[in-house]
This record gives sequence, structure tokens and C-alpha cells, in this order.
Amino acid sequence: MNLLPWTIYISFIGAFLAWLGGTRSAGLARWTALLAALGSLGVTLSAAVQFQPAAAAQTLVNIPWVPFANYHLAVDGISLTLVLLTGIAATAGILFSWNIEKRTGEFFALFLALIGGVYGVFMSADAFLLFVFYEIAIVPKYFLVAIWGSTNREYGAMKLVLYSFAGSALVMAGLLWAHAAGASFDMANFVESARTFTAWQQIGMFALIFTGFAVLAGMFPFHTWAPTGHVAAPTGASMLLAGVVMKLGAYGCLRVALPAFPEGFLFFQNIIAGLAIIGIIYAGLIALVQSDFKFIIGYSSVSHMGFVLLGLAAATHQALSGAVLQMFSHGVIAGLLFAVVGRMVYERTHTRELAYLKKMPLHRLLPFAAFVFVLAGMASMGMPGFSGFPAEFSILIGTWQHSPGWALLATLGIPISAAFTLRAVHVSFFGKADIGATTPDTDNEVHPLPPITWPEKAGACLLLLVIILIGLWPSLLLDWIRPALESPLMRIAINGAAQ
Amino acid sequence: MPSSIDILWFIPALPLLAAFIGAISTQRMRSVASGSALSAMAVSFGLSCIALKDALAAPGVHQVNNFSWVSVGTFNLQLGFLLDPLTAFMLVMVTFVGFLIFLFSTGYMKGDENYAKFFCYLSLFAAAMLGILVSNSLLLTFICWEVVGLASYLLIGFWFFKPEAAAAAKKAFITTRIGDLGFLIGLIWLHSISGTQLFYNNGEGFLETINLVEATAPALFAISAIGILLFCGAIGKSGQFPLHVWLPDAMEGPTPVSALIHAATMVAAGVFLMARVFPLLEFGSALTVVAYIGAITALLGAVIAVAQNDIKRILAFSTVSQLGYMMLAIGVGVWEAAIFHLLTHAFFKALLFLGAGSVIHAAHHEQDIRALGGLAPRMKITFATFSIGMMALAGVPFLFSGFWSKEAILHGAHTWSVSHIPFYIGLVAVVLTAFYMTRLMANVFFGKPRSHAVEHAHENNWVMTLPLTLLAICAILLGFLGTPAFPWLQAKLLGKDLSGALEFGKIFEGPGLMITSIVLVALGLGIGWAIYGFRKRERFGDADPLEKRFPGLWSALEHRLYFDELYAATILKTNSLLASFSDWLDRWIVDGAVQLVSKLGTLLGFINRDIDEQCLNAGFNETAEEIRGIGNTYSKAQSGDVHGYLRVMAWGFVAIVILVSIALNI
Repeated sequence: MNLLPWTIYISFIGAFLAWLGGTRSAGLARWTALLAALGSLGVTLSAAVQFQPAAAAQTLVNIPWVPFANYHLAVDGISLTLVLLTGIAATAGILFSWNIEKRTGEFFALFLALIGGVYGVFMSADAFLLFVFYEIAIVPKYFLVAIWGSTNREYGAMKLVLYSFAGSALVMAGLLWAHAAGASFDMANFVESARTFTAWQQIGMFALIFTGFAVLAGMFPFHTWAPTGHVAAPTGASMLLAGVVMKLGAYGCLRVALPAFPEGFLFFQNIIAGLAIIGIIYAGLIALVQSDFKFIIGYSSVSHMGFVLLGLAAATHQALSGAVLQMFSHGVIAGLLFAVVGRMVYERTHTRELAYLKKMPLHRLLPFAAFVFVLAGMASMGMPGFSGFPAEFSILIGTWQHSPGWALLATLGIPISAAFTLRAVHVSFFGKADIGATTPDTDNEVHPLPPITWPEKAGACLLLLVIILIGLWPSLLLDWIRPALESPLMRIAINGAAQ
Repeated sequence: MPSSIDILWFIPALPLLAAFIGAISTQRMRSVASGSALSAMAVSFGLSCIALKDALAAPGVHQVNNFSWVSVGTFNLQLGFLLDPLTAFMLVMVTFVGFLIFLFSTGYMKGDENYAKFFCYLSLFAAAMLGILVSNSLLLTFICWEVVGLASYLLIGFWFFKPEAAAAAKKAFITTRIGDLGFLIGLIWLHSISGTQLFYNNGEGFLETINLVEATAPALFAISAIGILLFCGAIGKSGQFPLHVWLPDAMEGPTPVSALIHAATMVAAGVFLMARVFPLLEFGSALTVVAYIGAITALLGAVIAVAQNDIKRILAFSTVSQLGYMMLAIGVGVWEAAIFHLLTHAFFKALLFLGAGSVIHAAHHEQDIRALGGLAPRMKITFATFSIGMMALAGVPFLFSGFWSKEAILHGAHTWSVSHIPFYIGLVAVVLTAFYMTRLMANVFFGKPRSHAVEHAHENNWVMTLPLTLLAICAILLGFLGTPAFPWLQAKLLGKDLSGALEFGKIFEGPGLMITSIVLVALGLGIGWAIYGFRKRERFGDADPLEKRFPGLWSALEHRLYFDELYAATILKTNSLLASFSDWLDRWIVDGAVQLVSKLGTLLGFINRDIDEQCLNAGFNETAEEIRGIGNTYSKAQSGDVHGYLRVMAWGFVAIVILVSIALNI
């Protein structure tokens, strides 16, 4: 258990080594990065095996750091779930970035630095430390998008970073305000003293901190960075953006904003739920008419993150546990979707326009990609048997307890998500008549595409395995998440909603 | 020896295993795929028979085997298996019909290049369908229900290179999913009221506690609403009005698929679900809705079937119509009659579809009845068995199963206290059913061949004719399980003991009703033969006699009363407008606002820069240049603007911090 902080250090050391290795050969950088990611994942898994679910967070390390904050890392079931997600997403992301030839060492160095920051956020038990790690995670993604990105990369990177910094400015302002009002940054103390603030203080601080974090979670109307950013980013970075970076925002909301400011939360609860529902439906509708394959996935991410925010807004026990499960599930599913679209398809066909993809018999040229995409699509639309179903189901059933109306509205997102996913599947992979079997095709000669490589297969199998495992046996994670939600630090928000 | 309830889960698990084997089989291992699928179904059939024996030994008892799937605090989602006569009868029917259709498929799909995958999907479908049957939890039912939808999607779109098939698959999936939305909401609502998903749990399942609920107005409202929401799921899956539009299109799939899924089993899932949750429906006022929707569907399907020309589409609309009868039966409270009709229908409709498949296979994929003709002497077994199926469907008296089951439904509708309208609608549909089936027979099997392929058609081999023969035998014999003289099936389903043995006197119970329906069947057959039998179609292009007489009506029926067009013009149009509007909003308004802010920021940046250069010393600028230089090396194509933004952000950030600290220090 005490080894868990090493996920952070391994990532940062790995980043440095990958950069060094990159100066010699690209292969060295790749393998260093993969080993670092696997090392962190291994540490996480071994910690997970020993993990005893409990209400209180288990402190891993707590040493004085700066005058007003300690270097305090702790882990509970929620943290562990997301740390595990980070390990999986990082490993898969590196496998799907295997073909990066341009400045390979620097790519993986930035990639691992981002991952190190994310690990840090999920384990921070000190609000200031959390913020510092949060900032560490933001910076590398700008370079990842701006240097290795594709379509409109400067624009995408700029937008991404502007939004992130705007969000963190709000968070910082909120934290400083709370600190000035008498809350120390250590999370337990922060939450307890913040709860004693006057209602108007709480409302103000909640607004700043929640909005700041929600920007990164892709909450409507602050979501527009997500589709453009995802599209511009190189595959590995899109996987991280959708897979873990969006979760940073949701995690911040859940860990800091919700428990610390119950008055603020109650004040904004309906608004948050409303925005979440708008996000689910609105982003789903937009995904229905996109002509760029990656934009469909980008908007679908916004729609699925709407479920997370809805779960947070409902704040019942089931809704919150569903929201955490959905963070995990969406991280893995979105990662897989981006991997298929960005790596398997785009880097072979050099187009993401559905109008062009439609003319290629992709199911025949890339049968493995078609197979994976159909499964990932099914998972994304909440088909039972995949992880999205127990997550969204828990959220809906938990939301219903608080407000049946919200749950009813949110279910409208379900057929919409089926519609845009099926459209994507049909147009992209099965748009073209089967060539060769029946009639020879004259107007469009088919060139074979490079075959799917082993890192792609390994990454896809890893993610699919996780999706199906959690789909069939969600208790694996829910048994961790549930006790953590019962801790006194989290419970207030839950009870607050029931008032 | 373990009791049946403990081994019940094997029945869906075996086909699931076969599906897995099919998934990893390559085209060269095709016989492994089909072999494992067939043997899984055979073993499941054997187990189902054992389960039936056990269930019949104790009618009225619900054996359960529950386990927890997800538990979060006090919140507990349980799954479980259930064995009672309803489950057992359905299991035997699905595994038996399924096995025969699998067998038929080995012949029908022989030349297909995705043969192994086909059996994978078929097995997946069978596993999910059997899962619905053995489920003791509404949640497990929903899970399997969705997987059934998925398998059906894969199978309808199996020949996805046909654009119609791909479109039909998508349509089926999305249409049924709209119904499933109701199911899901009902499920969640029910859970929030009862706190359990289990049907039966030694007195604690929601079907058992429903009788204890006090009949207050809010409770009645909630339970009625839940019943109607669950019925929405059944409307989608069982092709009821107004979501029936996907079912005829689903005929684009291979014919065995049509037989298995869209005739015998999947579409019956909705009826089964309604029968399963009948105690819940009975409590509220949902049943009236079910009865009227069923009656409307029965009539609608029969009317449209009159003017179709594709042999499979005629059968598809007749399925819609017959499912309407079953829902009608549930609605008027005789769910055991609905299940009786479900079972008989499964056999004779599977028979008709496989017969149609046999015709289509022999006629080189010609499905238009105007192009067929004269097949009776060329395909004797197909003709004989198809005729039996046709008479069972039309309700020809005494010898054929469809007569008895339909009679049971009409009898129930007649005694319904609320209204007689559904009963009369049912009677009209009886005439129409006999009529359109006569039209089909006359066009396909009599007269002379109207296309080249048909002239050379000949009977298929045994893998295709054997299932036809067995199904034909069942289509006759099954009726005797539920005649008024000896309502064995109904008694077992209701968990009653048979009071007294055979009572031949009761066979003509309610003679007026029986005579009426016999006359109506005869009327339908007679009119049909008068129009299509005496003067047979000569050429493919000849107009239908009814078309000449009533061109307007005919064209409306031929276009299926324009339901698809109506939905395209309203729901689909609204949806796509909304989607385009949202897209526009996102591009120009939401993102536009962001753009505006950043443009203003740039402007501010330029102003700031001028101020900077005059107010701050050169050292700062140098540092800034240096940072800019590093940035440039990092990103080759650099706009420079980004750093402007970042600087503005940094300044803004500092300003906020200063403002906040000033505010707090006061």
C-alpha cells in the first residue's frame, strides 16, 4: 500500500529517462515509457489487491512541505479507482502512440509527466497539493497537442490551455478565499472548517471552485474545448484527455466542492443538474450530425460526462457511486474509441471525414478495427455486459431517488447515443458494399492498408478486457467506492441533498 | 442429483458458450461453429424438458435461485433464476424451434462466407432469449432484453452490404430502443417503490408483495404507469402499434433469422414479459391500454398484409397482427390464452417462414409473390407443410392448433367486462387473416410459374424439409393441449389442478361464438379464393384484382398506411432539425462567445503590450522574448498569439488573486 506514491515518482522518473533515451533512439524512449507505465500499473494493482475498503482515507505520506501546506498523499476507494484508471489509460495510450516518430523522447516525456500529475491529483489529501498537481497535468497537454497534433492543432491547443487555466484560476481564487477565511489546506480540515462558513461565503466559494473544476469535466456551456481539443490532439493525448483529464475536473468537484460547501451545493444543485442534462442531450444531438469521425467521439464524451455531473448533482449514494464508476468506465471506453478512430483508422486512411470513409470497405480492410469499434460502440451506448451499463444505470436509479424528473430527462440521452453510435459504425466501417464478393468495383480501387500492429492489438485487448470485466462484475470497483462515500467527509453532501 | 432450478442457468449458458466458440472460429472451422451451436441447443432442449417435468410436478410453485449483483449500502441489485410452468413451456418451445431453425440454417446458409459468424450471432441470440425466460429479476430481463436487441441487430444486418439490410438493422435497433427507454424508466420507478427487482423471492418479490399494496390513488397511479412503461418495452420488441414499423423491414435478414427472431421467439418476448408481470398489470389500469393497443395492432397488421407482395412481408405483417391478438388476450385478462397462442403461433409461424425460406431458396431468392406461382407440383413437401401452417394461421377449425388458441382469445375478449370493441375488432381480423393467406397460397403455389427461376424450382434436401415436417406435426398437435374440453396447458400455467378429466361436452363451449368464428374463417377463405383462386394471375405485371377496383385504398395499404413516411416527416425531421440547430448553436453561439472573449483578450493584450513597453523595464521584455523563443523551438509553426493569450491569462490570474486578497483583508 505504501508503494502507491511511487506511481507518481515512477512516472516522473520515467519521463526523464524517456527524454534521455529519446536522444539515443526512439525505440529506447518507447520501451522506457511503456515500462514506466506498466510499473505504475503494477504498483497500483498490487496495492489494489491488498486494499481494505474503509470509510477513512489511508494516509500514504504526510510530510511538511511549504509553510501553509503538507505533502500529504492518501488513498481511499474513489482515489484507488481513478488511480487504476490512470494506470490503464496510460499503458494503453503509450501502446497506441508506438508509431510516434517525431521527437519520440520528448513526446513520451511529456506524456509521462502528464500522467504523473494526474496520479498526484487523485492521491492528494491537501487542497493546495492537489492544485499543484493539477497544474502540472495541464502544462504538458498544451505541448502534446501543439506539437504532435493534427487538424487545427494550434487552435485546439490554445483553446484547451485557455480553458484549463481559466478553470484553475477560478479554483485558485476559491481556494485562496477559503484559506483566507480560515480553512487550512489539509483536506480534512479544509472540508470541516469550510462547512462552518456562512451561507453566502459557501455559495461564493462553491461557485468558483465547482465552475473551475467543471470546465475540465466538460460541463455545458464550458464544453467547447473538449471536442476541438480531442480532435486536434494526437491519439495518445486524446485518450488521456478524454480518459483521465476530464476526470480530473469531475474528481475535483466531488472531492473539494461538494463536501466542503454544502450550502453552496444546495444553492446550485438544480442548476448543475440542469446543465448536466442539457449536456447529455445537446452534445448527443450534435454528435448526430458531425461529419468528422473524431468529433462524434468528442461530443459523445461530453454527453457521457454529463451523466457524471448528473450523478454529482443528485448526490445520493447510488448516484455518486455510479458517477465514480462512470468516470472509470467512460475513461476506458472513450480511450478505446479514440484509439480506433485516431490510430487505427486515421493514421492509415489519412482522413476522418465520414464522406470519404464511407467509400472505403473498412470492415474488410481493417476487420480488427471494425470488430473493436463495434464492441466499443456498444459499450458506449450503454449495452449491458459492458461497463457503461452498470455505471449509467446506477446514476439513473440514484438520480431518480432525488428527482424522478431529472432521471426521466436524462434517459432521453440513451436513444440519442444509440443513434449517433450506430450512424458512426455504419457510415465509417460498413458504408461500402462488399467489394469482390459480388460485383467488381471499378470506380474506386481498393488499396490494402497497413495491417494492425501488435501494440494496437495489445492496447485494444487490454481496454476491452477491462470494459467487459467491469461490465459483468461492477462490484469489483463498487466495493471500493461505496465505503469511501460513507466517510464523514463525503456524507454531508449526500445528506445535504436529502434535505 | 441437483434439482432443475440449480442447473437452470445452463440452459442460456450453453448457447452463450457456443456463441463464444462461433466467435473464435474461422471460416475453415465453420462446421465447429455450427456443430457447437446445434449441440448446445440440443442439450438445452433436453434440460428444458427436464425443467418442464419438474415444473409440471408442482404447478403454482415458483422455484427461485437468487444472487446479488451489485450492492451499494442498502441498495441491492439482485439477479436470479426462476422456474415455473410459464418459464418451462417457453423454454421447451424456444429450444425446440430454435434447434430446428439452426438445423435448417445449416442448409440455407451453406454458401455464405460468414457462416461461422452467423452461428455465433444465432447462438448469442438464443442465449439472451433463454436468459429472458429463466430470469427472476426485472433487471436481468432487461439485460438479456438488450442483448436480444443487439443480436437481432447483428442478424438483420447480416447481409450489411445490402443497403436495405443495413438500414433495417439500424431502424430495428433504434425503434426497439425507444420502447426500451420506457422499460428502463419503468424498471427504475419500480425499484424506487418496491426496492427489489425480483419477481419472486419467497414472498418478498414485487409480484408477491403487489397484492399487499394498499389501493390508494397515488399507488394505483404509480403502478398503472409502471405497467404502461413496461408495456412500452413490449410494444417495441413485439412490434405493436405504433412501433411496429421495424418488424416488416427486419425481413431483410436471412430467412432463418426471420423465422427464429421475427416470428417465433424474440417478438414473443414482449408477450412473455407481459404475462410474467401480469399481477402488476392487473393491479393498476394498464390492462385496458394493453387490450386496445393489441386490438388495433391485430387489425392494422391484417389490413396491411392484404396488399403486400413480398412473401416474407406478408408473413411479417401477419406476425404483427397475431402478436396483437396475444396482447389483446393479456389486456382482457386471459394471459394463459395469450401464452397458448404464443406457443402455437411460434410453431406454425416458424413453419410458414421456413416454408417461405424453402420457396425462396428454390426460386433463387425470388420473394415477390407476383413472380412465383405454380410451385405446388414442384415442391410437394413444402406445399403440404406450408398449407398446414396456413390453415393453422387462418384458424381453420378443429384440426389446426391456431383455431383453438385464437378461439381461447376471442372467448376471453367476449367475456371482457369493460368493452366489446376489441372483440369485434378481433373478429374482423379473423376474416382478413383467412383472406390474405388465401391470396398468398393462390399466388405462390397455384397457377403457372411467372419467372424463369420458378420453372426450374425443385424440392430442397432433408435438412430443410425435416424441420418443416416436424413443425407441421406440431402445428396440428399442439392445439389439443388447450382445447376447452381439456385445458391442460391453461390449467398448468395458472397453477390449478384439472378438475375432472376430459369433458367432451365442453368442447363446444359457447357454441355461438365458435360458430361465428368458423363462419368468418370460411368467409375469408371463400372471398380469397373467389378473387384469387378462380382467375389466377397470368403475368408478373398484372394488377391485383382489388387494386383495379380500389386503386386509392390499395396504394395506401401497399405503402403500409404511410407510417414510415409519417415518422420520417415528423419525428425524424424534428430530431434532425434539433441536431442541426444544436450544432449551429455550438459552433456560432457557445463557441462564438468564447471566440469573442479571446478576441477581446487579444485586444487587451495589444494595449497591455504598449503599456508594458513603456512602463516596465527591458529586462522583463528580454525574459519574455526568451520564453517566446523556447516556445518557438517547441512548436515549429507558432502563431505567437497563444503566448499573448497566456500572458493575458496570467495577468488576469494575478488580478484575481490581488482582488481576492484585498477583499478578504478588509
